Formats: sequence, C-alpha cells, structure tokens
Amino acid sequence: MNARSDDPVLTVRGLEVAFETNDGTIEAVRGIDLDVHRGETVAIVGESGSGKSQSMMAAMGLLASNGRARGKAVYRGRDLVGMRERDLNRIRGDKITMIFQEPMTSLDPLYRVGRQLAEPMLHHRGLSRRAAREKAIALLDRVGIPDPQRRIDAYPHELSGGQRQRVMIAMALANDPDLLIADEPTTALDVTVQAQILTLLADLQRERGMAIVFITHDLGIVRRFASRVYVMRRGEVVESGDTRTVFEAPRHPYTRMLIDAEPAGEKAPPPADAPMALSGERVRVSFDIGGGLLKGPPVVLKAVDDVTLRLRKGQTIGVVGESGSGKSTLGRALLRLLSSEGRIVFMGRDISAADKAAMRPLRKELQLVFQDPFGSLSPRMTIGQIVTEGLLVHEPGLSGQERERRAVEALREVGLDPAMRNRYPHEFSGGQRQRIAIARAVILKPHVVVLDEPTSALDRSVQKQIVELLRDIQSRYGMAYLFISHDLAVVRAMSDYVVVMKTGRVVEEGPTGAIFERPASDYTKSLMHAAFALTDFHDEARRVAQGG
Amino acid sequence: MLGFVLRRLAGAIPTIFIVVTIAFFMIRAAPGGPFDLERPLDPLIMQNLNAAFHLDEPLWRQYLLYLGNLLQGDFGPSFTRRDFSVADLFAVGLPVSVTLGGLALSLALVVGASLGVLAALRQNKGADYAVVGIATFGITIPNFVVAPILSLLFGVWMGWLPAGGWGTPAHMVLPVVTLALPQIAIIARLTRGATIEALRSNHVRTARAYGLPTRVVVVTHTLRAAILPVVSYLGPAAAALLTGSVVVETIFGIPGIGRYFVQGALARDYTLVMGTVVVIAIFVVIFNLLVDLAYALLDPRVRYER
Repeated sequence: MNARSDDPVLTVRGLEVAFETNDGTIEAVRGIDLDVHRGETVAIVGESGSGKSQSMMAAMGLLASNGRARGKAVYRGRDLVGMRERDLNRIRGDKITMIFQEPMTSLDPLYRVGRQLAEPMLHHRGLSRRAAREKAIALLDRVGIPDPQRRIDAYPHELSGGQRQRVMIAMALANDPDLLIADEPTTALDVTVQAQILTLLADLQRERGMAIVFITHDLGIVRRFASRVYVMRRGEVVESGDTRTVFEAPRHPYTRMLIDAEPAGEKAPPPADAPMALSGERVRVSFDIGGGLLKGPPVVLKAVDDVTLRLRKGQTIGVVGESGSGKSTLGRALLRLLSSEGRIVFMGRDISAADKAAMRPLRKELQLVFQDPFGSLSPRMTIGQIVTEGLLVHEPGLSGQERERRAVEALREVGLDPAMRNRYPHEFSGGQRQRIAIARAVILKPHVVVLDEPTSALDRSVQKQIVELLRDIQSRYGMAYLFISHDLAVVRAMSDYVVVMKTGRVVEEGPTGAIFERPASDYTKSLMHAAFALTDFHDEARRVAQGG
Repeated sequence: MLGFVLRRLAGAIPTIFIVVTIAFFMIRAAPGGPFDLERPLDPLIMQNLNAAFHLDEPLWRQYLLYLGNLLQGDFGPSFTRRDFSVADLFAVGLPVSVTLGGLALSLALVVGASLGVLAALRQNKGADYAVVGIATFGITIPNFVVAPILSLLFGVWMGWLPAGGWGTPAHMVLPVVTLALPQIAIIARLTRGATIEALRSNHVRTARAYGLPTRVVVVTHTLRAAILPVVSYLGPAAAALLTGSVVVETIFGIPGIGRYFVQGALARDYTLVMGTVVVIAIFVVIFNLLVDLAYALLDPRVRYER
C-alpha cells in the first residue's frame, strides 16, 4: 500500500457537480481536489449527502440526466469530465471499473451472470465468447464463488447478496483495471459477509496492484484498508492526508465528530427485583413456504424455533443475528402480531391465546418502532397526526386540545421542534423521521417497545443521537426494550442483556459485558470478529483524541 | 412447464362455466324472444317453433341441455339464420375476426412499442411530448367515432381505400387501423414509462459504467426489461380488441363474429350470442395463458418450476 506519488492514476482538480431540480440547483460537489496514485488505496469518507459518491459518478460520466459536472478528472493525461461518450467507453469498464452499493440490483435480473461477466471482455478486449467464458469461470473461482462451472449459468436472483457482490468484483477485475472505484460495496451486506468481501478486495489488490478508491461512511473500513483518506462534508473535502495521521490527530472538528460518532456507553441492568414485563416461553413460529394443493408436500420454514426470553421492566435485551436469523419474527411474535406456538406472558397475564379483540386494549402497552423511517410514516399525514393517531384509538376520551398538548410534549421529548407538527414526513431527514416514529410509540407511555433495527438506516453520527435518545426515554419512564439489530456496536451501547440468534434458534445469551468480552459459541465469535476487527481502531482513536 | 399449462387450463374451466352461466341467464332475462317479429306469428306456428327449439321447457332444463351440448362441442342451431348452425357461421366468421384482431394487435405492438421507446429516449423533448400527446388523444377518442371519420376521409372523399366490406388487403387497412389506434396509444405510454424506469435502474448504470456501447445498453439491458409490462398488458389488450371488433366489424360491414354478436343480441338469437360469448371467453383465457408463458420466457425470475 505504498503510494508512488510520481505515478498518478486519477487526478481530480476543482471538480464541481450540480443537479438541476424543480426546487433549483443543488450543488452536490463544490470544487474538490483529489489524487490517486498507482496501486494505492484511497478512501473518501463522509455521511450521506456529502457528495462522496457523486464526485466519482461525475468522473465516470454516470451522473443522472439532470446532473452537470465541471472541473477536471484526469486519467493518464486525459480529462474524463466532458469527454465524448465513445471515448469514455474505451476507458470505463477497461481501465477504470466500479462496484456499487446495491449488489441486489446492480446486475441485470434477466441475464445469466456469465453473460454479464463476459460482456466487458467481449467489448474491450475482443475476446471470443468461449475465451470470455473460460476467463469468467476462472474469475468466479478467484472471487470465491463455489462451483463456478455451474454458477456461471445462474441468474442473479439465484445468488445471495454476498455472492452477487463477488460477481460484481469479478466483473471489475476482468480486464485488469488500473483503478477500481468501490462505492459502499459492503453497506448492504451482513457483517460476516462484509468482512469476507473486504478481505477479498484487499487480497486482490495486493495480487494485482490496482489502485482502489473506497467510498464509504464506515471509518473502520477506512482505517483497515486505506493508506490515505479524504473526509468530505457537504460537497467539500474538509480534511485529507495519511490515514493514520488523520485518525490520530484529526484537525477538522467534523472529522473528530465522525471518529467520536461510534455509539458509546453502556446500560446498567435493571434492579434484580424488577417485575417481569414480557416473557416468551418456547416460542415457535413457522411459515409455509411451498407445496400445497397439486404442488406436493408442504414445505415449512421454522423462522423462530423454541426461543425463551424474559424481559423485565427497565431492561433492554439486544437480539443480534444476521438477516434471516428470525430476530424480527421473534419480536413480532412476542407482540402477538404473528401467530406462534409457546407461552407469551405480558405483565402477569397469559396472552398466548388472546385474539385481536382481546389484544386491542393491550396494544397501547406494546409498541413497535421499525427500521425504515421512510416507509413507516404515512406520507399523507402531518407528523402531529401521525404522533397522536394512537391516542385517538387508545384514549378516545381526550379532547383535541389535550391531544395537541400531548403531541407537543412527545415531540419535544424526542428533540423535535413542536412547531413543526403541521409538516409532512417528506420534509424531514432520516434521523428526524426516526424521532417521529419514536414519539409515536412513547406518547402512549407503553411498558414494552420492540425496536426493530431502528438505527440501521441512519448515518453513524445520527445513530449515536438516536441511541442516546432511546436510553434517555427509557431511564425516564422505565420501559422495557427489545432491541433488534445486526449492528453489534449499537447493541453493546443499548442493551444490558444480549441474545444471539441464528436460523431461528438462540445460539448464545447472557449479560452484555460477558457476551462481548467472552463469546462462547463459534458463531458469536465470528460475528464479533467481523464487526470489531474493523472497529477496534475506533476505541484507540478515541482514546488518542480524548487523551490529547 | 407442461404441468403449469395443464393446471392453468384446468383452472380456466370454472371461469368459462361461470361466464356461460351468467351469459345464459342474462340473455334470457332480456324481454322478447327469437321469434317475436314485427308482425306476430300464428300462435300455432310459434308453439311448434318453440317446441322444436326446446324453448317451451323450463329454463333450468334448457340450461342443462345447452351445457350438455356445449360439452360435446355443439353450439346448436342459429335461431334466426335457420339454414346454418352456429358452428357453420363461426367457420366463416372466426377466421375473419382472428385476422382482423391479429393484424391490429401486431400493428399496435410494433407501432406502440417503437413510439414508446422513441419517446423515452428523447424524454422531455419534442418527440416525447408529441408521442404523449398523440397517445392521450388516441386513448380518449372512441372507435365508433374514429371508424366513420376514417371511412369518410379515406373511403368516400379521397377514394383511396374501400369504405367498407372485406376481401382484399385494401379492405383491411381502415378497420385494422381503427381497431389498433387505442391500443397503439396505450402500448406507447406503457413502453415509454417502462423504458424510462429501466434506463434509471441500477443494472443499466452498471452496463454504462462498464463502457458497453449505447446499442447494447439500450437493446440488451433496457428494452427487455421495458417490454415486460407491455407483455402483461397483452392479455387485457386481446380482450379489448375482441370487444372493439364488435363495433368495428359492424361499422365497416365485416363478416366476423363480432357482427354476429350484435345481430344475434338484437334478434334474441340465443345460441348465436352464447356461442360468441363462449368463443371470446376461450380466446381470452388462452391468450392470457400465452402471455404468462411469454412473460416467463422473458423474465427468469418467474419461471414455472415443477
């Protein structure tokens, strides 16, 4: 990873990107300078909206049709900005390649992966179909796709997210590029898969000596992979330099804020005599996923398989696992939003057999906050209406004035200006929307809140605020949280007890400190390794930053 | 695949049965009968006629009788054209209607899809606005207005094409165009929307990022995705063409089954109306099945395994 400053691959000077929209011009990138040398790894780090992706899209001629780029992005003496499409097409896909954030949709669903993998080789290198296929198989093998002879004929939907990203990487390598631009390549993947993909990229770079531009919001990745880093904020580079120097002695307050944004602190367990709020004994949930009339024997998926969980007042249990582990299903089953087997007791009352009507009065006490702050708020209601909707159902006796007062109080509680209660959700950012969703839950003063990945769609610095907000509200009202997340750092900061799930079963559980310091099962260890091999450095950097 | 086809065909039997039942009782609920002429017939002759065609029996017996015959593939005799059975009339009319509908559908597909793609590639430019404007026009003007205007314009005033009738390719032009126009409009709009969406999709971005030539990006990676909604529309389009042909065949005086339907309904020719309904229902069912199969062929995500 030694930079050879005499051999630039990409030199960006005064690059500006602007988008014409109905609301006027949006300046996404405001004149940035950036250098990438042969064989080095450069990270561009920043939060959403910082312009980190758009600057590279501009260099590659991939801006949306309303986007305009100015300035220079020079690849080996030739300016890519404003270059004719035909000339650009000789460089991109051959000398410069890209992998994207969305492995699920970046491949064409209608064609076999082999064909898509071969296309750039056919066009840039003039390979025969047979030769391209041979090479594609070798590449798939190299990026760790099992049984590449057969998988080359798979369609994208037949592969997992991690495998699709591997296919994209194979495609990026096919023509031995000088520069690989990786735009958040692991953000959409589970932690263990993330670690595998990152290791693969690092190995490939060592092997082939290409330069990599890593666009990411994850400082752990920056620290582990990049020799130099550019920190972007609102379209400008606020700080740049050698990774170690930037992390050890951040000069710009924004960089310091990013480094500090790792969720911190811990949660003390509730007193030993705290009453039981919600418990599930041997909960099972299964879904029919196939078979049926004329189609053969039924196929049953055990989403939650024999899970026992006891949540006391004031306690936060973190439920950890990768996608498909059954953690969200468990949360829904405990709230009786899904039918399940087993015994579920809420405040001493058995609700395992309660029907919809019997559950309705209890709903006030059992609230749910979702992951997606964009999809879970009705776009046609003001946030005042959204927040008070539950009151209309559960406390119909309240006067309009009283509801209004409660809404103001709830919004203030989650740190939003109550004067904004007549606005609509689209006027708010992701973090603000998540606050609205939390206000909607806490206005009812519930006993139990299931938080289903409430911070996963948010930037790190916003995550930290939401975590602090949730802990605040909990200490004020003593409610119990079931905190579902795949993000171990957030779980560590939020919960006093952790349950690790895999394929519907509990692999390991215990007090947070014990689980994080001495994980017993191999699965937990691999999760920890994947997550904290990347973020160990945060602690170190924070100590350095705080200590001096 | 074969299993899927058989399951779908088996699933269509109740559909057709319900269509037949509803149609049977609806046409019987209409006042009058096949032998109610302007000058009433002699009651004795009427009685004999009714007896000959089993019209004197209770309605449920007639219904069972009709179902029984239908299961044997017998559509029965025509009440008003007493020298012909319904099957005889269809033997003449069906090829005409199928030709008309098939040509109109092909024309609509080719012209509509081309216009839609053109508009999408020139989004928010002159060509785009022109296509969208014409398409909106085409959807709003009903075919019973378009047909006489075209006939008057090209048939009567200009004398370029026959104003009505059937037989030579020249006879086909006006009715096919009339029938196809609204479908061209709908397909153009559908294709335009789907192409624009496909052009914005992530996999098209990938294709562009890998320097594939514009031709490959558009033809290979955009159009195949864009044609999918058009393919699913072909089922309803076929149904719309069949109902449209009822009007168009009548206006242009074309001897197809659509015209029989109108004449049969006016004359209370029960068997002729029922026969038309059954044939159209079977057509729609089969066409929808073909559409689903074509869709599966184009989109690997919905292939019918097992």
